[in-house]
Amino acid sequence: MQKRTLRHFLNVLIPLVLVMAVVACSNNESSNRQITLYSGRGEELIGPLIEQFTANTGIDVNVRYGNSADLALLIQTEGDNTPADLFISQSPGAIAFLAGQGRLATISEELTSLVDDGFAATNNTWVGITGRVRVLVYHQDLVDPATLPSSVLDLVDPKYEGQVGVAPTNGSFQDFVTAMRSQLGDEPTARWLQEMAANRSPNYPKNSAIVEAVGRGEIPMGLVNHYYNLRAVEADPAVRSSNHFFNVDDIGSLVIVTAGAVLSTSEETGDAEAFLEYLLSNEAQSAFVQHTQEYPLVAAVEPPSGLPSLAGYTAKSIDYELLGDGLLGTIELIRASGIER
Amino acid sequence: MSDNFRAQRPPLALVVLTASVGVVFVGPFGYVVARNIDLGTDFVSLLFSRSTWEPLRRSLLLGCAVATSTAVVGTTLAFLTIRTDLRWRRVWRLLAPLPLVFPSFVGATALIAGFASGGLVEDLISPFGISSLPEMRGFRGSWLVLTLFTYPYVYLPVAARMGSLPPEIEESARLLGRQPFEVFVTVVLPQVWSAVLAGAMLVFLYSISDFGAVSLLGYRTLAEQIFADQLLDQSRSMGLALVLGLCALGAVIAERTLQRRRKRVEMVSRQEPVIVALNRWRLPWLILVGAFIGNALVGPLAVFGFWAWRGFRARVDSVGLSVDFGELVEPAWNTVQVSLLSAVVAMVVVLPLAWLTGRYQSRVAGVANSLVVVGFALPGMVIALSLVFWAIDAPLISSWYQTLPLLIMAYVLHFGALASRAAQVGVEAVPVSFSDAAATLGVGRLRRFGTIELPLMVPSLLAGGGLVMLSTMKELPATLLLAPLGFDTLATEVWAAGESGALSQGALASLVLVGLSAILTWAVVLRRFDVY
Repeated sequence: MQKRTLRHFLNVLIPLVLVMAVVACSNNESSNRQITLYSGRGEELIGPLIEQFTANTGIDVNVRYGNSADLALLIQTEGDNTPADLFISQSPGAIAFLAGQGRLATISEELTSLVDDGFAATNNTWVGITGRVRVLVYHQDLVDPATLPSSVLDLVDPKYEGQVGVAPTNGSFQDFVTAMRSQLGDEPTARWLQEMAANRSPNYPKNSAIVEAVGRGEIPMGLVNHYYNLRAVEADPAVRSSNHFFNVDDIGSLVIVTAGAVLSTSEETGDAEAFLEYLLSNEAQSAFVQHTQEYPLVAAVEPPSGLPSLAGYTAKSIDYELLGDGLLGTIELIRASGIER
Repeated sequence: MSDNFRAQRPPLALVVLTASVGVVFVGPFGYVVARNIDLGTDFVSLLFSRSTWEPLRRSLLLGCAVATSTAVVGTTLAFLTIRTDLRWRRVWRLLAPLPLVFPSFVGATALIAGFASGGLVEDLISPFGISSLPEMRGFRGSWLVLTLFTYPYVYLPVAARMGSLPPEIEESARLLGRQPFEVFVTVVLPQVWSAVLAGAMLVFLYSISDFGAVSLLGYRTLAEQIFADQLLDQSRSMGLALVLGLCALGAVIAERTLQRRRKRVEMVSRQEPVIVALNRWRLPWLILVGAFIGNALVGPLAVFGFWAWRGFRARVDSVGLSVDFGELVEPAWNTVQVSLLSAVVAMVVVLPLAWLTGRYQSRVAGVANSLVVVGFALPGMVIALSLVFWAIDAPLISSWYQTLPLLIMAYVLHFGALASRAAQVGVEAVPVSFSDAAATLGVGRLRRFGTIELPLMVPSLLAGGGLVMLSTMKELPATLLLAPLGFDTLATEVWAAGESGALSQGALASLVLVGLSAILTWAVVLRRFDVY
């Protein structure tokens, strides 16, 4: 009986596997012009924009989605044989890493001049696409917003002991510390980190975890990018968390860009730049504003309603060269401070 | 009792076959070594630095703790569901392997959402005056999450063995007046011990390679540090990956030593196994089993159910916040495709290795076995990059880059250890005497294998295939980097939804993933167990 069931089982399984293998090996080539994009930004956001771009230009875009740092590693490992023409990164760190590895092409000045100074690489290897502002998210029942400080530097006050959630291993916190180093110097940055550590600031792995913890009331406040809370409120309007903006000239109000770059190995640089240009069009920028509540980087598009204008922010021209190899120095400062718990 | 081990020399064809499998499995570890040489890592000073010891200590502590707890839980559950008259045991048999399908970051997210201060559970119990829950971060949280979601690595191989134990010895022991518990310890346990050890080693390796749960729960292990440094301090990151690989080799050696030390007492049979009556313990055990599987399965499902339900209700007119079943059909089919393919390929690839290891004393098998095991201990990201590293400009293979065959290969390299350990348990349980008897009747080698040994090994092979299948279904890093362009699986859907903060869509994808894994586990694995 056993033998019969085994045979019966294999009779079903073997053809199934063969069919799947045939399906797997056949691939359909398209004859259109096409570019390949490695995107650190999600499909829900980028997908519709790509469709529109293809409709406008007839250029097909193949996309691989993933974590920005993972994709940067992939491009590094693929080396000269990378199929990618373009890279879009959630964080300046991953793109600066590739710039440091010499994997990015110089893009045209027409493209980089679409955004303000400080939102593109000085050597034109990448251009910013959208901006996020660092904020303090707080729980409305646990904190009186009127008492919140206007500078991130004041969070070291002992009265905030154990109250401010941080994500010291997360890219945006590291970018923020890097900006602090470039603006205030290493010494004061190290002191701020040590005092935050002495205040036993609770650790979280990433921004969204902090926003969720504040939303639950687990901690009263935390340092994050501005749009996470806007998304949380959209998902559940009853949630009691809210954003507090530091002064626009405070280092706490750092603007962190998401960025795009063309790879130096690409043979389709013209089409790749056309895609970046589309992402900086009014149409695409408005889509970012509407869907993710991020700041547009082109002047013609209004920022999300209810948010302060980007124009006043001064903490945007951070030295992005620091974000390449210099980021290691940031990591070392963070580790040495003991803020990682 | 028969000793399956043969002193004679193994057939050359088998050795060559095993060696070629071993060569393929050199890939990941070879990549780590090559990168370390490339980057000029000062391995000695890294190894003796305090900043290495601390994460290493945490990794080992977590690995040993989770391996121990899952060995106890997995074995107990296997005995209760396969060998007793536990109520609803067919249901428990179906549910017990499923927690494996939760990616560990999903499990950790659910635990935090459920149990953290101000979470869903506190909301539920606060009306009853209970206001604080135990802290669920760091070691404790990681240990709990990993125990809840990895015990099937022990459960499935042990359950497969339990179902095929010959009833005679147990019956004799019972007739001689032994109590059921004594029979379990003195007769059943020694016969399944090999499967328990094999499973516990897999759990250990999984725990030290896991990144998702430990990073969310704030426990800084080696794997977590490998990720934290992967861009900025590549020399340290790859150095630590090498340390992790060496830990895996240590685990292999430890397991082999433990396996060798005991006398082989295993047998296999196709008769109905003895069913133990639980009598007055029936209800307490039922409650315990229900509570455990409930925590592992229903807990996360309840959290996801809540999120998905909120998404259905909200239907906010913004991307990602509403839920859409239709979008999940293709990812679901893709998931079925890759998980079945890699399960089958993995079983076929490791069979010669398992046979050589189980039947003969062979150095080739020892080396190949270690390489296969290391593949499971390295993080999926490292496996993926190693394939990129070797395949991107290799002749012939490079044309397969980012196609399904290479993706399947990545899964097999990563999960081959699951298949091979389960297959070895199966090989070792088949007595040589059966095949010898047939040989004296003039039956050829392949025919003996096909008609005698293979059918007896089926439960173990299916258990191994099931482990590979469930692991592939949830695999993320290699899938993201190596899948053909535009090839989404349910795991990548869960990830994408999580990235964009679309909890409800992510929850829905997780629910489909669990449902699908239940169907596949039943169709491919469990129906065969029940034959016995």
